[in-house]
Amino acid sequence: MTRIPLTWLAEYVDVAPGTTAEDVANSLVAVGLEEEAIHRPELTGPIVVGKVLTLEPEPQKNGKTINWCLVDVGESQPRGIVCGAHNFQPGDHVVVALPGSVLPGPFPISARKTYGHVSDGMICSVRELGIGDDHEGILVLGEEFSDAPIGSDALQLLGLNEEVVEVDVTPDRGYCLSMRGIAREYAHATGGTFTDPARVELPRTGAGFEVQIADNNPLHATPGCDRFVAQIVRGVRAAQPSPAFMQRRLNQAGMRPISLAVDVTNYVMLELGQPLHAYDLAKVAEPIVVRRAKPGEQVTTIDAVERTLNDEDLVISDSPQGPGSRVLGLAGVMGGMGSEVTPATTDILIEGAHFDAVTVARTSRRFRLHSEASKRFERGVDHNLAPAAVQRTVELLVEYGGGTADQPATDLDQRPATPGFEFEVDLVRRVTGVGYTAGQIRTILEDIGAEVQGSNDSRTWLVTAPSWRPDLVCAVDLVEEVARLRGYDEIPSQLPLAPPGQGLTSAQRSRRSISQTLAESGLNEVLSYPFIGPDIFDALQYPQDDSRRQALRILNPLREEQPFMRTSVLATLLPVLRRNVGRGLTDAAVFEVGMVTHPAREDAIAPIPPLAQYPDEKLIAEIERALPHQPLAVAGALTGYRRLPSPGLPGQPATWRDAVALAVQVAQVLGLELTVSAAEHPPWHPGRCAALSLTTGEVVGYAGELHPKTVDALELPERTAAFELSVDALIAAISTQPVRAMPISTYPAGKEDLALVVPEEVAAADVQAAIRDGAGPLIEDVRLFDVYRGPQIGSEKKSLAFALRYRAGDRTLTAADLEKARQGAIAAAAEGFGAQLRS
Amino acid sequence: MSKHGSTTDGRNETLLAPESVEAALAAALEAIADARDLAQLKEARLAHDGDRSPLARANQSIGRLEPSQRADAGKLIGGARGRVRAAIAARQEVLQAQRDAQILVEETVDVTIPSGESLGARHPLQLLQERIADVFIAMGWEVAEGPEVEAEWFNFDALNIAPDHPSRQMQDSFYVAPENSGMVLRTHTSPVQARALLDREPPVFIVCPGKVFRTDELDATHTPVFHQVEGLAVAEGLTMAHLKGTLDHFSQAMFGAEAVTRLRPSFFPFTEPSAEMDVRCFNCHGEVGVECRTCGGTGWIEWGGCGMVHPNVLRACGIDENRYTGFAFGMGLERTLMFRHGVADMHDIVEGDIRFSQQFGMEI
Repeated sequence: MTRIPLTWLAEYVDVAPGTTAEDVANSLVAVGLEEEAIHRPELTGPIVVGKVLTLEPEPQKNGKTINWCLVDVGESQPRGIVCGAHNFQPGDHVVVALPGSVLPGPFPISARKTYGHVSDGMICSVRELGIGDDHEGILVLGEEFSDAPIGSDALQLLGLNEEVVEVDVTPDRGYCLSMRGIAREYAHATGGTFTDPARVELPRTGAGFEVQIADNNPLHATPGCDRFVAQIVRGVRAAQPSPAFMQRRLNQAGMRPISLAVDVTNYVMLELGQPLHAYDLAKVAEPIVVRRAKPGEQVTTIDAVERTLNDEDLVISDSPQGPGSRVLGLAGVMGGMGSEVTPATTDILIEGAHFDAVTVARTSRRFRLHSEASKRFERGVDHNLAPAAVQRTVELLVEYGGGTADQPATDLDQRPATPGFEFEVDLVRRVTGVGYTAGQIRTILEDIGAEVQGSNDSRTWLVTAPSWRPDLVCAVDLVEEVARLRGYDEIPSQLPLAPPGQGLTSAQRSRRSISQTLAESGLNEVLSYPFIGPDIFDALQYPQDDSRRQALRILNPLREEQPFMRTSVLATLLPVLRRNVGRGLTDAAVFEVGMVTHPAREDAIAPIPPLAQYPDEKLIAEIERALPHQPLAVAGALTGYRRLPSPGLPGQPATWRDAVALAVQVAQVLGLELTVSAAEHPPWHPGRCAALSLTTGEVVGYAGELHPKTVDALELPERTAAFELSVDALIAAISTQPVRAMPISTYPAGKEDLALVVPEEVAAADVQAAIRDGAGPLIEDVRLFDVYRGPQIGSEKKSLAFALRYRAGDRTLTAADLEKARQGAIAAAAEGFGAQLRS
Repeated sequence: MSKHGSTTDGRNETLLAPESVEAALAAALEAIADARDLAQLKEARLAHDGDRSPLARANQSIGRLEPSQRADAGKLIGGARGRVRAAIAARQEVLQAQRDAQILVEETVDVTIPSGESLGARHPLQLLQERIADVFIAMGWEVAEGPEVEAEWFNFDALNIAPDHPSRQMQDSFYVAPENSGMVLRTHTSPVQARALLDREPPVFIVCPGKVFRTDELDATHTPVFHQVEGLAVAEGLTMAHLKGTLDHFSQAMFGAEAVTRLRPSFFPFTEPSAEMDVRCFNCHGEVGVECRTCGGTGWIEWGGCGMVHPNVLRACGIDENRYTGFAFGMGLERTLMFRHGVADMHDIVEGDIRFSQQFGMEI
């Protein structure tokens, strides 16, 4: 974010000789900046200062004219070099890349034959050296370099081999988006002396270019602009290139050199942190009016985009047809094309203003226009900086572009008073756990530029934060300053004692059990993205009025075709199964436990109470009501072999029965019994779908084989089986009472098999339940072990064979007991389902 | 008893003659020793100890002797029969053992043939969340939860993240339609802090693992859907020293007893002071000049953010900020999984390829 050339840093703070880029990065990290990168130059020598001795233009057949030059590079003999550019002459000092050097690209230089000569090196342009974009001409070294000996290292001279540290700046530290701020932090980290480049304001009297602030729509009662400094420079060569050192530093900072006027404003912004703007004075009609835009008003910003404004946008306007009649630009975000500095510009108006962070943030966000200026204003710019920054800008313009500055400058100063705040000194100890003395704390606060009122003995102080630290607004902010500048290393490590806990809740344990059981049953847990498109509803065969089509929509989805949150886990799990199959894992079983989302109601709005205030229970309840219902669900899907074929054992394909069994198991793990009954419920095959219900009758999920159309649409293997259960519904059904244990009878069991013939459509589970009911209290277990269809039984019928186990708790069973129970079972099955004993 | 009970039966004398008994005994012992399996032994037993065997018949003839001769003859025959039976029993034992061993040899199978059954697997991210929860449960903390589609107030404002502050844009949020619904997909697990404080009275010690969302495209190190774990402690007298102690304990639980941590100053709107937390690289241990792919050569691995709960957050949740202090921390679990287990590409974690989960077993 902020790029720091080490020599630039050293202009404002002591940097010990031999300090490396890594050292600088480590120092800055220690005080809270994050190391982003260390940029190293991509060019290596020998690249030297040369003096052009002779220059002979040689026209070529292709229409070009090349120059055959002899260049003194400090050796016994001059070198012959072919050069295509024409902006230099004999006697000029230039930069010569000798054979063996490498220019950015990488572009290795060697002696080569060209245009009938051996070119023994290269005379470099600004672009070839990576300094700027200008490739039209050769870099001719100016007078400032006249002392450099011929043949001396040009990389050193131009600082081209300089390392640049890039740090990331957290949003509270806007002042670190400048060399001034970085140097100050570096001084804090190293104890070196800091020299503030923002010199004390000069006294300004009288009126310069007239400026008015007329904000009729302040946001949060904060005026959009509370300071506006403006100064005119006349007769300046605004459009010429800026000096090489400035271009180099702009490049190092990641900005493109454009013209003197633009470069100087950017340079001073990088140096001090104050965004500045240069207007072509000829295109600005006095007075300038800072005001909110009228809804629908338009301006074309310098990026050539026409923007339509609203009444929250703060604009800089001028007054060609009455005060504020024309919009010049978006305050603190981007200037307009109409008043831009051009090659024809001779007189410049420099603006250095202070704009409200919220105003700039909203405008830049709405237009997605994140400029260097908006980045700084959003994070807070030093209130006191504008005059010094404008002065510095004007001085640089005059120095490098000629011209004269109008005196006096305008300084429209409507800064609010910055009151101090109370600081309880003991808070440092209470928060950090370290007993710093009042003296130590005071030293830190004064080091960062705060004004401290109150003696070391008093319990509280009145602290006024420095103007460049708008982030310091309350007592804990100062605690952090003390803690970070003393070093977090000074804080000891101590384990807190939490009150004794209860462990995981029953629901949390239950969820773990579900996942564990499914994994142990051969399913693999996966985590799918919960984003879906409407096409999945069709693939899953949901009817048009299916409530599962009522999905929560994301305003800004990553994929336009997947704007919804899933309403079932299978919707996102099945594509994962397909991916596995697609990768050759044809015997795959997967499951996922995750939230599904059902909107509370269409267009529900959750209120947003004010920042950092307790909104009261009623408002919180209203927020909760707006949130969608987000129950936890578990789904599984299986395809291929559930048990692989192996020598002597046939493979066992995964079927609807596995899906049903797994679902029943999931409930069993929680101590719940699920009733299985036939159902028609997409996405399942209508003839192979089981509804799973609690003993209360509440359906908690479905299992079975997927609908062939779903299988088709999702390109799944045929007969893919799946289940989905509401975990929340299962957990809600778990009894809060401990299980009451039944006594275990050790009397002998009585066993027998019972084959009953029933109509084809009768469900086995129903017959089984009837047997259990009819057999009475002695029945211990009923298990279906065979289904037979055949001519002896008749068409449309089937024979169900059950194994029954009887036992009494208090005696050995008699033949009469068994007969009675058996007759009861047969009678119940006969009555309920027309079952007949198979003969 | 023979009805012809003569004491001078010549055949009797022959049978009972010591030479005859001796010969019968020798024949019997030989036959027993020669039996190669249990069937042959059975034959030998019938032939030499059966009712029709010479010794049996000799025994039967004793009754026809003079009473005075019977004792000697009985002793002779009884001794011989005893030796035969002992030999049979001994041989029986040997042959039975041989047969049992043979059966086991014959029943040998190729134990490398697989059954075709297979175990499934948990997803390592889920295991990691459970593991972390267990570390804190052991210290008496609770596991807290919150919704994934969250109110903006909980996700931002309650956490002191102002609507127009750049930190609100730090995390690129998915917003719920329609515009200004006041809802987002939670961008961090921090809203659970606010929920926990609204639900409970201090002391509060909670940890919250969960799924979060940001509008990052999936690539080797980013995913729009990922997981964090959030910790929050609010009680009287908590300081940054307690934060450090907790993080030290936590990192030792995750990375081994020798794990070292450091805090670097940072910024989060909901904590003040704030810090980034780094763990000493457990691969290169911060050795200088080592090319380390785990930490990129810095010697430290960025693990998460932390700090002391901002008084504004306490106030928003109705907690007396003058009485209580608290600390909070949070870390990304995909990232933790990546550097803890050397996962090189995020795609492996999120794509649901069952081969990925199967590497981890059920314990992490």
